[in-house]
Amino acid sequence: MSMLNVFNIAGSALNAQSVRLNTTASNMANAESAVGADGLPYKAKQVVFQAVQMGPSGQGVRVQQVVESAAPGRMAYDPKSPAANAEGYVTMSNVDVVEEMVNMISASRAYQTNAEVMTTAKTLMQRTIALGQG
Amino acid sequence: MFEELLNGVEEMNVQLDNALRFHQTALNLRAQRQEVIAANIANADTPNFKARDIEFGSALSGALQGRVGRPIALSTTSARHLNASGVATSPQLMYRGEEQSSVDGNTVNMDTERASFAENAVHYEASLTFISGMLKTMQQAVAG
Repeated sequence: MSMLNVFNIAGSALNAQSVRLNTTASNMANAESAVGADGLPYKAKQVVFQAVQMGPSGQGVRVQQVVESAAPGRMAYDPKSPAANAEGYVTMSNVDVVEEMVNMISASRAYQTNAEVMTTAKTLMQRTIALGQG
Repeated sequence: MFEELLNGVEEMNVQLDNALRFHQTALNLRAQRQEVIAANIANADTPNFKARDIEFGSALSGALQGRVGRPIALSTTSARHLNASGVATSPQLMYRGEEQSSVDGNTVNMDTERASFAENAVHYEASLTFISGMLKTMQQAVAG
């Protein structure tokens, strides 16, 4: 049943894109974080997608891993902060807010498209089921 | 008497099968193509993913001639060649030509894929309409 597999494929994409949206949300929320959960400045996280075989001729997608950006953290001058170094600079997160916005828009568009794919497949299946009735 | 009747029924079944075969094959291929395009759309952001597609015309003629689902063997010209056989279960998947290269090696063009997806969906519905039309014709013939 190829049509049913469309749901698996589009579903896997919805899943992967929502993980991507989650990391974007996490990055945006922590754009101003000087200290992350591990006590070090927050590092921006990015998902890595990988194609997985689903059925004989279809390939779905999954999140292979979540990598941390190696970009240097932003230096902010704030001598009153307890995290400031000798020169008075605080190492902030390395999140690039503009990049995250672009990522968010891309993920949300991809999510919408895959949801549309599911709707179309559902319509086609319903038409097929109704074949020969009336 | 009974055997004659049975033969007659069988013959009618074959005729019904033949009448619907073309659209049934087309419908199956359309469903498979829909799956392939859905995979392309799903992997629009996957690094190194290459977009694929089925060439519908040749796939349909191949399926109608029974090239799909029949055992295929390697042709050998020497007794020392290896023998191998398999069954082609699905039409040949081809890689889509690249229009604009991207840094991550992905060749999915979302516009092309969406257009193909919509086109394929319309063709699928057309095949369904043809089949239901044929069924209606048959019912009318039976009901008189």
